[in-house]
Amino acid sequence: MALLDYFLRKKEKQVTTASKAKERLQIIVAHERNSRHKQPDYLPQLTEDILAVLRKYINVPDDSLSINLDNKGGDLNVLELNIELQDDEVKG
Amino acid sequence: MARIIVVTSGKGGVGKTTSSAAIGLGLALKGNKVVIIDFDIGLRNLDLIMGCERRVVYDFVNVINGEATLNQALIKDKRVNSLSILPASQTRDKDALNKENVGKVLEELGEMYDFIVCDSPAGIEAGAMMALYYADEAIVTTNPEVSSVRDSDRILGMLASRSRRAELGLDPIKEHLLLTRYSPKRVEEGEMLSVEDVEDILSIPLLGVIPESQAVLKASNAGEPVILDTDSDAGKAYQDVVDRLLGEKVDFRFLLAEKKGIFSRMFGG
Repeated sequence: MALLDYFLRKKEKQVTTASKAKERLQIIVAHERNSRHKQPDYLPQLTEDILAVLRKYINVPDDSLSINLDNKGGDLNVLELNIELQDDEVKG
Repeated sequence: MARIIVVTSGKGGVGKTTSSAAIGLGLALKGNKVVIIDFDIGLRNLDLIMGCERRVVYDFVNVINGEATLNQALIKDKRVNSLSILPASQTRDKDALNKENVGKVLEELGEMYDFIVCDSPAGIEAGAMMALYYADEAIVTTNPEVSSVRDSDRILGMLASRSRRAELGLDPIKEHLLLTRYSPKRVEEGEMLSVEDVEDILSIPLLGVIPESQAVLKASNAGEPVILDTDSDAGKAYQDVVDRLLGEKVDFRFLLAEKKGIFSRMFGG
């Protein structure tokens, strides 16, 4: 059976430690990059206000909303708004 | 105008000095006039890796304090005569360097050399900031390992905000990723971040991948930069790095594990 195991094991898609490392790094690096860029003072209040509006319609936790102001070089600034919804919240 | 290249990383022990020595010597072997500066004040080590530790008389801080001229402090390499080393001071504290006096020394060196390679100390303190401040290019040395990658990202932030180029609003420092101690076999087994993983996270152009190699320790034991070991995979990989810095297009190698033959597979070679 050892032979069978050998072939079966190869097929399985395992979560490797390397992919875990990558995932953790992507999160922490993104987080640290955000705190590095000086964000305008109104962002926290804006976040609160948008959350309040969202909550009129759907139930969303605090961490479901992220807002970033990115300078794309030159005069171009992009306000990026990311709202994560869970499946059961969308149906409402 | 000399190209000022800082070899930096944030984290210690990832191969900054090994890389500075190999790349500096490689550039000189290609006919360029090169000086490598050790910015690690108090923890001088470039001299050992270059094999010139017995010839250090004056150092970087002596030059800054006017106790020696630049020519007195520079150590000419015995192997390649277009290469010199400016050793770090072993005794003075790190505050000996400041932007003004380092700038003056770099300006003077810039008239004498084509390349100035700055071997940065680890960390993000004054010494590391001084090494990167005047850089035109940065070689961000990174191991495929979580803490090294995170620290490299931190350093990328510093390059973009704390350098002279950032302060004056000039073109940003040209960033290069140098991945060291890479083990293709462990990557294939899912135990190590791959080149693509690290590129994804740091999103800067790849300059080179140096495989984990026994040649590196042998080279430092002997005080002969590993690029001189032309038979070794690490030596060849550094040669590719030098060629790329000089604008050549070179394919990446040593990215895949050696395939075991059928016999060693059967008999456990």
